[in-house]
Amino acid sequence: MGVIERVSGPLVVADGMLGSKMYDVTTVGRAGLIGEIIQLRGERAIIQVYEDTTGIRPGEKVESTGSPLSVDLGPGLFGMIYDGIQRPLEVLRGKSGAFIGRGISADALPRNKMWKFVATAKQGSRVRAGDTIGYVQETELLKHHIMVPNGVSGTLTRISSGNFTITDRIGEINTGKDRIAVTMMQKRAVREAAPFARKFKSDEPMVTGMRVVDTLFPIAKGGTAAIPGPFGSGKTVTQHSIAKFADVDIVVYVGCGERGNEMTDVLTEFPELKDPRTGRPLMERTVLIANTSNMPVAAREASIYTGVTIAEYFRDMGYSVALLADSTSRWAEAMREISARLEEMPGEEGYPAYLPKRLAEYYERAGKIETMSNRVGSVTMIGAVSPPGGDISEPVSQGTLRVVKTFWALDAPLAASRHFPAINWLKSYSLYTTAMSGWYEKNVGAEYVANKKAALELLQKEAELKDIVQLVGEDALPDSERIVLIIGAMLREDFLRQSAFDDVDAYSSLRKQSHMLAVMMHYAGTARELVGKGVSADRIAAMKVRAEIARLKGVPDAQVEQTAKKLMDEINSESSALLVTEREGQEAA
Amino acid sequence: MRFDIEYRSLESVAGPLVVVGKVGTAAYNEIVRIRLQNGEERLGQVLETSNTYAVVQVFGPTRGIDIEKSSARFLGETFTVGVSEDMLGRVFDGQGRPRDVKAEPTYEARRDINGAPINPSARALPNDFIETGISSIDGLNTLVRGQKLPLFTGSGLQHNALTAQITRQAKTKHTGERFVVVFAGIGITHDDYLYFMDEFRKTGALNRAVAFINLADEPSIERIITPRIALTTAEYLAYEKGMHVLVILNDMTNYCEALREVSSAREEVPGRRGYPGYMYTDLASIYERAGIVRGKPGSITQLNVVTMPSDDVTHPIPDLTGYITEGQMFLSRELSNKGIYPPINPLGSLSRLMNNGIGPGKTREDHRGVADQLYGAYAKAQDAKNLSSIVGAEALSESDKRYLRFGEEFEKRFLSQGLYEDRGIEETLEIGWELLSMLPETELTRVKSEYIRKYYKGAHGAATA
Repeated sequence: MGVIERVSGPLVVADGMLGSKMYDVTTVGRAGLIGEIIQLRGERAIIQVYEDTTGIRPGEKVESTGSPLSVDLGPGLFGMIYDGIQRPLEVLRGKSGAFIGRGISADALPRNKMWKFVATAKQGSRVRAGDTIGYVQETELLKHHIMVPNGVSGTLTRISSGNFTITDRIGEINTGKDRIAVTMMQKRAVREAAPFARKFKSDEPMVTGMRVVDTLFPIAKGGTAAIPGPFGSGKTVTQHSIAKFADVDIVVYVGCGERGNEMTDVLTEFPELKDPRTGRPLMERTVLIANTSNMPVAAREASIYTGVTIAEYFRDMGYSVALLADSTSRWAEAMREISARLEEMPGEEGYPAYLPKRLAEYYERAGKIETMSNRVGSVTMIGAVSPPGGDISEPVSQGTLRVVKTFWALDAPLAASRHFPAINWLKSYSLYTTAMSGWYEKNVGAEYVANKKAALELLQKEAELKDIVQLVGEDALPDSERIVLIIGAMLREDFLRQSAFDDVDAYSSLRKQSHMLAVMMHYAGTARELVGKGVSADRIAAMKVRAEIARLKGVPDAQVEQTAKKLMDEINSESSALLVTEREGQEAA
Repeated sequence: MRFDIEYRSLESVAGPLVVVGKVGTAAYNEIVRIRLQNGEERLGQVLETSNTYAVVQVFGPTRGIDIEKSSARFLGETFTVGVSEDMLGRVFDGQGRPRDVKAEPTYEARRDINGAPINPSARALPNDFIETGISSIDGLNTLVRGQKLPLFTGSGLQHNALTAQITRQAKTKHTGERFVVVFAGIGITHDDYLYFMDEFRKTGALNRAVAFINLADEPSIERIITPRIALTTAEYLAYEKGMHVLVILNDMTNYCEALREVSSAREEVPGRRGYPGYMYTDLASIYERAGIVRGKPGSITQLNVVTMPSDDVTHPIPDLTGYITEGQMFLSRELSNKGIYPPINPLGSLSRLMNNGIGPGKTREDHRGVADQLYGAYAKAQDAKNLSSIVGAEALSESDKRYLRFGEEFEKRFLSQGLYEDRGIEETLEIGWELLSMLPETELTRVKSEYIRKYYKGAHGAATA
């Protein structure tokens, strides 16, 4: 037990703390605020406090709990909304009303709810950490597997199916030294990566339904991506869209230092929306962590770790998990704020020197892995970055880009012209494209892989030509180049642009994307052929089929194949007609 | 801790900070009353406390504080202000004391000015239209009840006129609701103060408003509490009296400079341009107090004026603001120089919550499409303008020339309006359609075809040039 010596914002210095460990959780002052030891100097401990320290005085007591910051994991997680240190916000609301009071604690998972546990492991079998010993059917589709906690292995001396609360004993493991009671709930320290058997290569895409992402800059299951962009460029809309449509089993969404209304948006919308793959309410597969910008800064720092720890837990059950963090810059700023109060020597732009290390450690917790019990699970991480002034030469963007493999560059000019998603196709990249081409060839088709490449090349060519047009005007270009501008505009407007707010357009299946692209690339090929035979670019631009191609994005998934086929035919017939007129014109001349 | 002790142990005074020694048990954020030799009193707040000293930030001037003869008394509570419905129609200073000649209003309660964060799960989604009567706001960047929307401006632009116009005209479409304005003047000049008061009195807007004014020559540290007092009053009126409150914070740049002043006095490690590293968090503690709370009547909408130093949007103040707020409105010097009022540039402006506040039953079914199409067309007009400055107007294609004309008309008829012109949303959308009708129907790809059939005024079926 220590005594407070000094209070400065979220930092409290306490004396007489000998015996406590780094990162131990402590209760601070009469108000019983929750804190974490982040520095030890002799008998003094520096504690970052997860709640507002107003009213705390020197002389008040500090007590260490002796254990590190941990989260409760077990049935009841789905559909929950937590703050940065896993306090359930709905429960807090019941306790302190619409505004968050201080010093309130609440169990992260309902302790008295009964769950129907089905044992799958046999009594007497050998079990290791991470082995599943049974499950609870938590939602209609999702089995919540109950696993042997990390660090425990031995003989399962007892196990029983039945109705239990998460703290009831469902079994017992004899480790040789001890007999350990097994419950459905386990605790994991948030700052420690969970163990796994091995990591796999990232060779299978996480389909998001966003065409610019899936077709041009895809992310792999178990992969990492960064979305840096200035404000108003659509980071949050992009993240929300992925949370809605990504083809994963579970989504963990961390609202880190962002707007409260955004979380309200998710909370209002997700229960009403259906998972496009399963038809179940989206909220059933979602866990939300909301530590908004006006909530305590130290808890914001912790929120990222709380999120990834929950994601890993589901991964260890063999699920594919998407972990979305919005925004990692606020996390880094929280680190900077604490670091400045500790009077640490600042690195770049005031950020602590350990910022790049922390970023790398965080993103390394992503991956497609073999779990300890030989299942395959994955955590795919997508982090929004909010660079000051939109300039990504700053430390958080740079530290992130060094470790992530996909970069979706949000762009202010695109956003200003209302081209959404405002992902700049000239600056973005995905390093998974090559590794995943095998998957695409097998599951979508070789033509799609070729078209993807061709489309990107066309867009690059278009950008070069547009620079020239800026100088000499469009008329100065030969027709063979003018059609590149026409096709480029088609790809941008009719393929890459996608409305997150339109019921049909918001989500494009890979099948739909490949058909759309096939039609456009067929148009491109036809246009090239026509120009070769002397048809002018103006007449190609005036082809009636273009308006119909533009409407393709609004065609529901089920009809796309048929519509695409019809459009291909129309392209062919219209082009034959053009050729006939052209020939007649030439003959007449 | 004894609250009746006068500590005569002032150790230092530097800028807005006073260090009091031998205190021992001052609470963090506790309010301190400093008594000067001549009996004058100044309020302050504990910024740092330890078992040997307390650092106090003084809200008044530190001029005249004498280390030897002045004393400090710790009040054992945080900064609170009185709140009541009687405050409507009144003007207060930056610390919440009446600035007009009338007596103190009868307060119904006292509230901590720092508030407490709204539990994210207790928020209700903003989804009601606030009509400002200004086309470029209502039509293109709709303000929604419970939203926080800043006005990014520059020195010499007409943000005061615009703010006054919004204060006069803003209303909700529902009958039987009380819509009031809480106006916080943070470091505004005396001239601006007189202008606002004059406008508010003249039009009767003051009757449904409360004003808190900290003038440019008044203590800058007071600016740190002025917006908080305004918001505390607003929260009382909204959540306990059921009113819909529009809070205008003018100007947040002055607020941030006060914050920097305290930070540099404390010798903290500076962030960008000398502003403290915690400025994002601090600004959030103000901006995030906008919103709607489930189960409570009323709402708080914020309009924050931010003057961008040298018109630079990447400056930390507008930058951090933009990341927290739900969109932004940009005043443009170029438009202003052309004589366009209000000079809101739609291309940089955005209302993130617009979709929640528009559409059938709120504004009109075609609103989204019209707004998108006007944006797109105006953006194309800008491209055409840039192109014509390089290749000359003659070399432009027919289509580019048409967009160029559209751009001019759009600025003249849609963006421009009178200082006292209150346009309804229907009128705004009608003007929008008149302008869109200058373009061929085939160009209107962002509006649903059924609305084109219904509202388009040009020749139907005209081909693209």
